[in-house]
Amino acid sequence: MIQEGTAQSPVSPALTRSMLRTLGLVATLSGLLVVLSYRITLPIIEENKRLAIERALFKVIPGAISRQDFMITDRGIELAQSDLQGTALYAGYGQDGRLKGVALEAAAAGYQDVIRILYGYDPYCQCIRGIEVLKMAETPGIGDKIAKDPVFQENFTALEARANATGDGLERAIVLVKQGEKSEAWQIDAISGATISSKAIARMLNDSAQRYVPLIQNNLAVMEPAS
Amino acid sequence: MNADSVTFIFLNAAIVNNFVLAMFLGICPFLGVSAKRDTALSMGLAVIFVMLVSSICAYGINWLLKLFEIEYLRLICYIAVIASAVQLVEMTMKKFSPALFRALGIFLPLITTNCAILGVALFQTSREYNFLQSLAFSLGAGVGFTIALMLMAGLRQHLELAKVPNVSQGAALTLMLAGLLSLAFMGFAGLGAQHG
Amino acid sequence: MPGRPEQHEPVTLDTFLRGLWEENPVFVMLLGMCPVLAVTNSAINALAMGLASTFVLVASNSLVSLLRHYIPKQVRIATYIIIIATFVTMVDYAIQAISLDLYNALGAFIQLIVVNCMILGRAEAYASKQPLGATVVNGLGIGAGFTLALLSLGVVREVLGSGSLFGVSLFGENFQPWVVMILPPGGFFVLGTWLLIFAAFRLRKQRRTELGEVAQHER
Repeated sequence: MIQEGTAQSPVSPALTRSMLRTLGLVATLSGLLVVLSYRITLPIIEENKRLAIERALFKVIPGAISRQDFMITDRGIELAQSDLQGTALYAGYGQDGRLKGVALEAAAAGYQDVIRILYGYDPYCQCIRGIEVLKMAETPGIGDKIAKDPVFQENFTALEARANATGDGLERAIVLVKQGEKSEAWQIDAISGATISSKAIARMLNDSAQRYVPLIQNNLAVMEPAS
Repeated sequence: MNADSVTFIFLNAAIVNNFVLAMFLGICPFLGVSAKRDTALSMGLAVIFVMLVSSICAYGINWLLKLFEIEYLRLICYIAVIASAVQLVEMTMKKFSPALFRALGIFLPLITTNCAILGVALFQTSREYNFLQSLAFSLGAGVGFTIALMLMAGLRQHLELAKVPNVSQGAALTLMLAGLLSLAFMGFAGLGAQHG
Repeated sequence: MPGRPEQHEPVTLDTFLRGLWEENPVFVMLLGMCPVLAVTNSAINALAMGLASTFVLVASNSLVSLLRHYIPKQVRIATYIIIIATFVTMVDYAIQAISLDLYNALGAFIQLIVVNCMILGRAEAYASKQPLGATVVNGLGIGAGFTLALLSLGVVREVLGSGSLFGVSLFGENFQPWVVMILPPGGFFVLGTWLLIFAAFRLRKQRRTELGEVAQHER
């Protein structure tokens, strides 16, 4: 019989067995439940994520109504396949079937947590056409203005991101300036009072564009539909 | 200052986004063990220690889980390993450093269900910190917890002598104090931007 | 536990109501405070968190109650934690499947239900000694009490902090929201105020009973 205070007395083999049996049983049961719920919810979660991406995608590429997934790999840009490793790139096509722009994910640490955005890049005007915040935990009423503030969103109607002549970066880096001081196409007006969040957006856009814009320009033919 | 730099992560976890006052992790011990300054300090030290240990464990587990692609077991593994790590630490401490055990010992079992500990492990995973960054993050979180606990204990010791209405004694008063502290800590928000 | 007679209590309405009021986990027992403060910046978050916690509480405690004769005393805490973690993982995936927005809003706090002392406390103090029926009813009561507490914070904070309720704007354009209410300090202030109100009620009740006793003495 198990009595109070057995913790101090030596453990009998029978007790050890019963402890092992219980823990084993519970662990098996819990493993089963977890795997079951993981398997059931996985397709729904994937579908949710896809829908969220698509909703954001058509918002950041004005005029796009359909999409095609690509992958940025070591060899350039290829059609997305499940066994391909690389950065996801979404191309959006308009009503006439022409390439309207591409969208990429970018991320940087914000004020509270990592901010993840999707931004649309138009290879013909060489500019960023829109951003959509996918995930953030910025302060409500302050930092979360990066997602809602119309004045801040105005920055991304035609933000210049032109590939340089050598093809290894941007001609002019995307920079953040104080609110109301934007005078050039490659500058972003900060939200006053939400400097950290604005800065994070500028930094992630610059980092991502420096890396990928030349690549996109060089591989445009892959994404343009054959006509 | 770069958002990924170790100093930034440390300062951010300790002061700007103080674990207790801005992220609401570890409220239970914050309300429970903040009556006296010396117990608060011991508790804080114990938390720093356990946080470091569990952060290292969590980093290792996450690496293993990713290797086998069984990330859905993350939560169960974290909580089980943290709980057993705390027990191991307790036993080792008892054997090799009885003095330290006497100072921190009684707090160790309490800490296992402190959500700040699991919080550190979960946040470092979701933010994809590397090993050094994880260490800085957990150390910062622990230091931040200790600062908040010490400040609270100091305030409460002063208030013991003050006359307050019957209604507001106990938890209600402590929460109001915490609110004021939290308001004060929001003033640190510009800290990261200054160096940017 | 074998060798110790169990004292079952009858399942009554009180088994349920006790969790809602007398033993309210938040306002009376001060348990599980972290999510109470962290996710109550809007009513919908508060409701979701309350329901998720209630599910975990009821499901894990039912399992504990069913297994109560087979769990050796020495490993009971470990067993409880594994059971709780299992259900929390399930809820975590379920919420992701239901709504990604909600999942992003609640963040790590869904997974942190695991260390909500309210659930482990109930498993240890109630479910390990009572049969399934009583455990479920009591768990539902405690869960409802927890949800009620979360909602009472969430509603106040959302109405004052963003001038809306469940996302529906209440006051129109001219309302200047008290942003501090949805920021961390607001959580502490609102919970502190609720506790003040509860303490005032309790004190008044206490004084009344005392007065009643005095009156009886004098008679």
